[in-house]
Amino acid sequence: MTIMHRFLVLILFFYGSIQNMKSQSLQIFETFDALETYIKESQETTYVINFWATWCGPCVKELPYFEEVNNKLKYRNVKVLLVSLDFLNQIDSHLIPFIKKSSIASEVWLMKDRKYDTWIEKVDPSWTGAIPATLVVKGESRVFKEGEFHSEEEIFKFLASYITN
Amino acid sequence: MKVLLFLAFLVFSSVFPTGYQPGDVATDFKLQSTDGKMVSMADYPEAKGFIIVFTCNHCPFAVKYEDRINALAQKYVSKGYVLLAINPNDPEVQPADSFEKMKVRAVEKSFAFPYLFDEEQKIFPQYGATKTPHVFLLDNKRVVKYIGAIDDNVEDADAVSQNYLENAIAALERGQNPEPNITKAIGCSIKVKK
Repeated sequence: MTIMHRFLVLILFFYGSIQNMKSQSLQIFETFDALETYIKESQETTYVINFWATWCGPCVKELPYFEEVNNKLKYRNVKVLLVSLDFLNQIDSHLIPFIKKSSIASEVWLMKDRKYDTWIEKVDPSWTGAIPATLVVKGESRVFKEGEFHSEEEIFKFLASYITN
Repeated sequence: MKVLLFLAFLVFSSVFPTGYQPGDVATDFKLQSTDGKMVSMADYPEAKGFIIVFTCNHCPFAVKYEDRINALAQKYVSKGYVLLAINPNDPEVQPADSFEKMKVRAVEKSFAFPYLFDEEQKIFPQYGATKTPHVFLLDNKRVVKYIGAIDDNVEDADAVSQNYLENAIAALERGQNPEPNITKAIGCSIKVKK
């Protein structure tokens, strides 16, 4: 093996570790209030909060668009939070393997608060509870959408009017 | 007459795009059941009320409720309430919700209620159903009394603390309006024809 080869192997090794580091570990909101508190930390940040689950087909389909948002808009103070509503007995078997396999770079949160009727209304009064659903929060302003995004373009259009700075 | 009904539907659906609220009179329907019959609420003139459940085969949330829905149908039929389940999904979008697969599921799970197919997707928008499962409790005049979830714990039937639907039926039995008359829970979005 030439020195050049060794060098290449080393580079590949480091690249691999960086790729692994990119995928997020799972964080937990014990209550809906914990989510509310978390997004109040920064008035300057636009939080794009997507409610999803690994068992929800349209949710999984639109995840790459949210990853693009997180990736392309992170320098414009946009943060994507993927809030999972996976069944609590499927976290180890479904959710965690899914996060690892898809090497998601956005923050993934498990919402443990399952008293849905106490908080769905607080996300937005128009939300009937169908997922996927997306809430965008910046300071006091909020916008909500029930239903999926069909393309990266659609989600960027949706966000455009809220990311002006 | 049919044209009039259709026009009425158009006007109604454009004025009230969000569906029913408690107090509204729900439309009757004529939908095919998995056992081949066409089913309407009018077929049950003696019913004290109707439990209309928009549900489907594929949705894990709906699947978690299958046994509970079946138990409710059996429990309340003896009290004069008719439970009708309606699959609102387009099988082209979600192949697991085809009429053929509904038939299989109805037999496999020995459903004690008619499992109907909203093939033209004209009924669920009138009700304002947006997800599965989504329940509408109607009285014998088809007045909507309760909209929402079956109970407050999809994941564990043994850990339910609020039996929303059963409490609503009990209120109806007492001649009162249910409280709450609307609840919200997570569910799978209805798969609309593309």
